[in-house]
Amino acid sequence: MLEAGFFYLFAAMVIVGGMGVVLARNTMHSVMFLIFCFFNAAGLFFLLDAEFLGIILILIYVGAVMVLFMFVIMMLEVNQAKLKEGFLQYLPIGGMIALILLIEFIAASGSGVFHTDAIAAVGHFGKDVNNTVEIGKVLYTQYLLGFEIAAIILLVALVGSIVLTLRTRKDAKYQNISKQVNVRKEDRLRKVRM
Amino acid sequence: MIGLSDYLIVAACLFSLGVIGLFLNRKNVITILMCIELILLAVNINFVAFSHYLQDINGQIFVFFVLTVAASEVAVGLAILVAFYRTRRSIDVEDINTLQG
Repeated sequence: MLEAGFFYLFAAMVIVGGMGVVLARNTMHSVMFLIFCFFNAAGLFFLLDAEFLGIILILIYVGAVMVLFMFVIMMLEVNQAKLKEGFLQYLPIGGMIALILLIEFIAASGSGVFHTDAIAAVGHFGKDVNNTVEIGKVLYTQYLLGFEIAAIILLVALVGSIVLTLRTRKDAKYQNISKQVNVRKEDRLRKVRM
Repeated sequence: MIGLSDYLIVAACLFSLGVIGLFLNRKNVITILMCIELILLAVNINFVAFSHYLQDINGQIFVFFVLTVAASEVAVGLAILVAFYRTRRSIDVEDINTLQG
């Protein structure tokens, strides 16, 4: 009973947050709503025994990605009103597509395929099951290659975003480390006969 | 009793909100990125719900990968946005069609 109450609370708040993201006038408010949405989605993850992913969602998503969004929004001086011009221009076609998608999804999920007794009768794990340990056991054995590829993707994104935003200044006086390290005595020292 | 289909319906609503947001906010790249985040969040909720109701941990591993890809996508997307803003002083999508090589 308590679980159902929390499910409806979190689900309603996720939807409210999503609507806020889409409809908010100010981009900063959209980010706030998205953070709200992520927190409630983390609550849904906790209800589904996925504690590790819930924590990841809060720590990585809210703590890093959304803060990155905020930094970028604060850094760029953007005319908010101009961005909202023609807001409703594409509402008919967009709303129609989204409505059709929604009806299809709901029809598919309510069709009874996902309501068999075997699926419905799932309880929660006990205290002795550690979600993080279970994920680690699979992630570092069966999905090791995928894990490494994910690491490489993150590295590429890191290098790529640095390269994209790097602005070298012509007048900057920086050290050339390899030149400094490779210098030999003969290059700098000159013997003078007195 | 909360079943699998309830979670799927929540995720479907979230996905549709993300899609409609892509149409409504098509001028603002930052909001478009946030709508993509919404869509990916809906997918993640589906993955975790199936993972729980089928008692299979593999779904959660895929959520992990989806989170990784989404985070790097946001990082690169925002970097492109900043680089674009420096040259054009605007982040309007309609100005981006001038970037044709």
